[in-house]
Amino acid sequence: MSSQPPESASVPLADPDREIVRRAQAGDFAAFEELVGRFQSRVYGLAYRMLGEPHDAEDVTQQTFLSLVEHLRDFRGESVVAAWVLRIAANHALKLLRKRRGLPTVPLTDPSGTQEGYGDVPHPEFIAPWRDDPADLAERHEIRELIDRVLADLDEKYRAVFVLRDVEGFSIQESANLLGISEANVKVRLLRARLALREQLTRVLGDEAARVFPDHEHG
Amino acid sequence: MTCEELLKALNDYVDDETMVAVCQEFAAHLAGCNPCQVVVDNIRKTIRLYKDGEPYPMPPAFAAGMRDALREKWKAVYPQSTG
Repeated sequence: MSSQPPESASVPLADPDREIVRRAQAGDFAAFEELVGRFQSRVYGLAYRMLGEPHDAEDVTQQTFLSLVEHLRDFRGESVVAAWVLRIAANHALKLLRKRRGLPTVPLTDPSGTQEGYGDVPHPEFIAPWRDDPADLAERHEIRELIDRVLADLDEKYRAVFVLRDVEGFSIQESANLLGISEANVKVRLLRARLALREQLTRVLGDEAARVFPDHEHG
Repeated sequence: MTCEELLKALNDYVDDETMVAVCQEFAAHLAGCNPCQVVVDNIRKTIRLYKDGEPYPMPPAFAAGMRDALREKWKAVYPQSTG
């Protein structure tokens, strides 16, 4: 799905989307529509994963591309186009997450600068190798439902970090900047997210017959 | 390694970070700890499953509505455009 991780491209000359942006910046709407066509699924996917709700994902997608129209002339090619588009999308998704009222949300930021610890991170319980390879699993409809459900069940402050870092490929530093938290806290939340998703998925996808049990404290 | 150090190292190890000292110690631990090897493999597969998944299809009605909204915005920002 992800063709180009945001952090990978400090080489704007190699960016295949740069020329399309240049034409759009000159006022070519067809070029802008081409840009939308190239990124709309990825933007929608980011928003859907982050927010877990299709209408919110639609809002974020539309807001992202409206912002692109508005700020197209500001793009100077300091990053690859994909990184620029996804950063705008992530900002809109996070803004919507913060605006949600009357819902059981957890603050995404750590304004007090508190350091979240590893001490109470739940240790792995069900440990078993998976029966199938992710490439084969990804094609199965019921697996898609499973991974969506497991991600949606994750606390949104952990979900946001996982989507930004592991799915969309933002660096730890960029994820921290987007979320307004320290890099250390990004790492802690990322570990919590990874372990929680691993636990739930392995309970379904793990080979029970090959289950292993830790013989020492850390689990 | 303590539990806490192990969990931190596991996170960095999955990311292939260049924290050589930590990773060497963790790699040494990993070599003798099958459960930890399986957990690392599980996590890497978990990430791949999400990262390599099929794109989410946008509802066609929404896509059409968004195109109209973008065209209107475009006319406002680029009034000279022929688009």
